[in-house]
Amino acid sequence: MRTRLLAVLLAAIVVPALAQDARRAYVVEDDAIRESLTGRSGDAERGRAIVGNRQVGLCLLCHTGPFPEERFQGNLAPDLAGAGGRWSEGQLRLRIVDAARLNPATIMPPYYRTEGLARVARSFADKPILSAEQIEDVIAYLKTLKD
Amino acid sequence: MKRLLGALLLLAAQASAEIPEAERRSGYHDMSPSVQAMQDDDMANPAMLWVLDGEKFWNQRQGAANESCADCHGEAARMAGVAARYPAFATDANAPVNLDQRINLCRTEQQKAPAFEYESRELLSLNALVSMQSREQQIAPPSDPRLLPFTQAGAEAFNRRQGQLNLSCAQCHEDNRGRKLAGATIPQAHPTGYPIYRLEWQSLGSLQRRLRNCLIGMRAEPYAYGAPEYVALELYLMKRAAGMPFEAPGVRP
Ligand code: HEC
Ligand code: HEC
Repeated sequence: MRTRLLAVLLAAIVVPALAQDARRAYVVEDDAIRESLTGRSGDAERGRAIVGNRQVGLCLLCHTGPFPEERFQGNLAPDLAGAGGRWSEGQLRLRIVDAARLNPATIMPPYYRTEGLARVARSFADKPILSAEQIEDVIAYLKTLKD
Repeated sequence: MKRLLGALLLLAAQASAEIPEAERRSGYHDMSPSVQAMQDDDMANPAMLWVLDGEKFWNQRQGAANESCADCHGEAARMAGVAARYPAFATDANAPVNLDQRINLCRTEQQKAPAFEYESRELLSLNALVSMQSREQQIAPPSDPRLLPFTQAGAEAFNRRQGQLNLSCAQCHEDNRGRKLAGATIPQAHPTGYPIYRLEWQSLGSLQRRLRNCLIGMRAEPYAYGAPEYVALELYLMKRAAGMPFEAPGVRP
């Protein structure tokens, strides 16, 4: 137990110092990740830019959302409007980090999981889709979408 | 009994829904009327420029054997029906080959000339010429039992999640067919129109180029052109589309 805890702590503290894109440890409780992945809250404005960017967040490929300036939005997924009213911060975090934990058949990509994936393109290998900082920014933005 | 029902329900929830025959439609029907009009009119379809080149190459004597395609096969019209049944098992390669590979086998084995590069003007032109001869014919994959394991491998690949986005072909092209991925309507992925002139490419391109695009979109490692994995996917796509009318060379957005 002690060594496991130590390993988690080491993974959480030491690895990010070694490599920029190494992932930090997180704890799933029920259907949520309560703690921020970075220990800080993100920036909602940066989060909005990530969600709206087709190459970075990719969210609008599948989702619609309150982005009147974006002409082409997907309709494979629920409207992001109101997401911050429907879900707590911790619930939103798990849905971005690894939505398959909640629905194994989901098409929502696992934004912060790198294991259990097949034939990942070499340029993306072992990297999460978004960094911990980016995910916290996205969550800060989603929290503003109360209705 | 209840357990069985539960297991079946679970399976139904996880397996992608194959498209019922009555609902199958070509990507042609997901395009805007202006792009459809471009495909329908040979004078407007840019792919016809490649077909014209194809006729030229068809009649050119090539290689150490100094023979043309026409010397062996006669006029191109005699290729009617061929593209509608490829990939097929090639005894000389002891493997399934697609139409590009068949053309290249004729180059190297018969004409004694070097193989064309994938996506080269020559190969695309000859493929477009041969494919056009099957217009309006029904897609008719051969019932050759030697193809079965390869078609099966293609079906598995179609249903397997891959890439950083962890998606399968079936999740988009079956479960979400007809819906919008950003601005694009997700087609059912029928290989009815290949090779296609794609407005985004401003060029003709093969089915493998299209599959490569989807793999890159999923952030999965694309295969090398001509890889057996692509041929397996092509075999399965043709089987899924059996009976649908062939419409090459198509135009796509
Ligand atoms: C490839 C498709 C796809 C992409 C890309 C995608 N999602 Fe989703 N998302 C879904 C689907 C489908 C659901 C519905 C729930 C499920 O299937 O598990 C969902 C659910 C959600 C939910 C819960 C919605 C609700 O109200 O129930 C949130 C919040 C969410 N996504 C946010 C995002 C954000 C933010 C991004 C980008 C960083 C994103 N999604 C990218 C497909 C996608
Ligand atoms: C995230 C969604 C998505 C995934 C996953 C995906 N595709 Fe596609 N595919 C598309 C879209 C969207 C188009 C149409 C693009 C356009 O017209 O601009 C397309 C086009 C195609 C076409 C051309 C259909 C036509 O009418 O010309 C084929 C064939 C195809 N895909 C096969 C595949 C295969 C095989 C895979 C898996 C290896 C795959 N796709 C994975 C979204 C996807």
